[in-house]
Amino acid sequence: MFSRDNWKEIFETIQKNKLRTFLSGFTVALGILIFVVLFGMGNGLVNTFNEFFGEDATNVLYVFPGRTTVPYKGYKSNRTIEFDNSDLVDINKNFAMFVEYSTPRISRGGLVKYKNESNNYTTRAVGPAHQYAEKTIMMKGRFINEQDIKNKTKYVVIGRLVEQDLFGNNNAVGEYIDVAGSAFMVIGVFQDDGGDNEERLIYMPYTTRQLIEKNNDKIDQIIVAFKPEIGYAGAMALDLSLNRFFKEKKYISPDDQNGVFIRNVADQLKQNQQFARVLQIIVALVAFGTIIAGIIGISNIMVFVVKERTKELGIRKALGATPKSVIGSILLESVFITTISGFFGMLLGIFILNSMGEKLKDYFITNPYIDITMAISATLVLILFGAIAGYIPAKRAAEIKPIEALRDE
Amino acid sequence: MIEIKDLHKSYKMGSNSLHVLKGINFSVEEGELVAIMGSSGSGKSTLLNILGMLDVLDEGSYTLDGVPIKDLNETKAAQYRNKFLGFVFQSFNLINYKSAMENVALPLYYQKVGRKERQEKALKYLEQVGLREWADHLPSELSGGQKQRVAIARAMAAEPKVLLADEPTGALDSTTSYEVMDLIQKINDAGNTILIVTHEPDIADMCKRIVHLKDGVIVEDKKITQVRASQYV
Repeated sequence: MFSRDNWKEIFETIQKNKLRTFLSGFTVALGILIFVVLFGMGNGLVNTFNEFFGEDATNVLYVFPGRTTVPYKGYKSNRTIEFDNSDLVDINKNFAMFVEYSTPRISRGGLVKYKNESNNYTTRAVGPAHQYAEKTIMMKGRFINEQDIKNKTKYVVIGRLVEQDLFGNNNAVGEYIDVAGSAFMVIGVFQDDGGDNEERLIYMPYTTRQLIEKNNDKIDQIIVAFKPEIGYAGAMALDLSLNRFFKEKKYISPDDQNGVFIRNVADQLKQNQQFARVLQIIVALVAFGTIIAGIIGISNIMVFVVKERTKELGIRKALGATPKSVIGSILLESVFITTISGFFGMLLGIFILNSMGEKLKDYFITNPYIDITMAISATLVLILFGAIAGYIPAKRAAEIKPIEALRDE
Repeated sequence: MIEIKDLHKSYKMGSNSLHVLKGINFSVEEGELVAIMGSSGSGKSTLLNILGMLDVLDEGSYTLDGVPIKDLNETKAAQYRNKFLGFVFQSFNLINYKSAMENVALPLYYQKVGRKERQEKALKYLEQVGLREWADHLPSELSGGQKQRVAIARAMAAEPKVLLADEPTGALDSTTSYEVMDLIQKINDAGNTILIVTHEPDIADMCKRIVHLKDGVIVEDKKITQVRASQYV
């Protein structure tokens, strides 16, 4: 069936029936091309999505103090709640089972100067664990450590863009900068995947900030990271018990929704993941539809091809072609054409996806790609169905008596 | 060479059936040139199709070169056709995207003859029908007579036991018809057995034997003195 002579016969048939070859090849190539591009763009959409939501640690709860709205235990409503260092200690003590790390965060704005350069930056006074919560990546030097917290050192860690703004191409580490009137030594420079704003931040020890602000012990917010192994349910439970703990400690009515806020990244993440999954399902459905359309297209063409060749097949049978050789030549021809054009369409699609890169970022499509296994399987599926779709009419044609086929004008 | 006994054939036309051949007894010796004549509807083409294994018989027996032809599946029929029979059709039935030579070589392809040998043989038979220099032309570039000669060369290429021609001159003018008949006579002179279905008396007269069919039975079967076609060419 696969002798050189058979192939020669098939090549000749292909060469001399260009329209037919073009039609079936075009259908398959287009089907695969659209599939690859659509699927790739869908992945690009998911990429954008992950980029938006995936830059920070996902096992994190943000706890913010609020303002009461219900009078409770002799306290009037509209009381401002404040966190202080004792809350940090309490969290680590009471929730040690669940908590991986925790860090306070005190955010302030301020003018920052170095020699003749100056600019306004947000300064975050934090603990060492903050590095993990924000997935801060150190480029040079080091992040704030426990020693800095204890000694209330006047050290800062600056973002990549802060260094760029103030120091140009010079190394900032070891230099002194002026932050809102006090001199700080730069001990490190970091980068962050979360975007430009994240790289225009300045970190300092929270104890240093408290020292500057009249040696108080106030904290803006607390970031609590739970152990990943407690899972989603555990995170939700921790969320609830933290809420209860703070309400009790700060004398907030259990019914007051505004005394303390907890932003649960795990909960958001779950929603986001669900959204991403829905996106992926939609993309998969569209791609599946394209493949179905491709299969229907190639089936139609195969029916047409066999119909068109009925008389020729009759002649061949009168000259001694067996049904097997008739079916074989039709199938080999169709599989050959669909394979070549299918892989051509696939490669073209992959090329298009690769050349897109970040160009469609405005349309929320980042780095569209398709898993090569997925692309090849889709192509193989189309080839397989093309062959099945060709087999049925080919078998029927092979069974027609040559005399009937010859009568077919 | 051909032995037919009590052959019946009917076609189903919806609820009623049409009895086309009603008991044909007929035999052909090697080297004969037989014309099967009859008006349209007499069953002559049906007979030829059954002889050519393009159609199956309902009743009776058919023996070709000592081989009983019955209960053939398509594969077996195809092999027998390839081995025993050459066909010439009224409408030539050349494959339109293949050159004259490729058309002639096609039955050899199904005999699994090697490519080189196929081409040599095809050229040899094209030479015999006087169309060697047209070997690379497509059927659309040939005249009707030339097409039929290519078809005859194709039928001969497989070196069949019997050549079956269904109205071989039906689509040709009389001069071309005589040319084709001249060719057929020459092939017969070389010892080949040939059956021709025709309704033209002048063509029938160029054979050696005429079988008259009417309403599905043989009404006349006579040997005649052959009129040579060469005198008209």
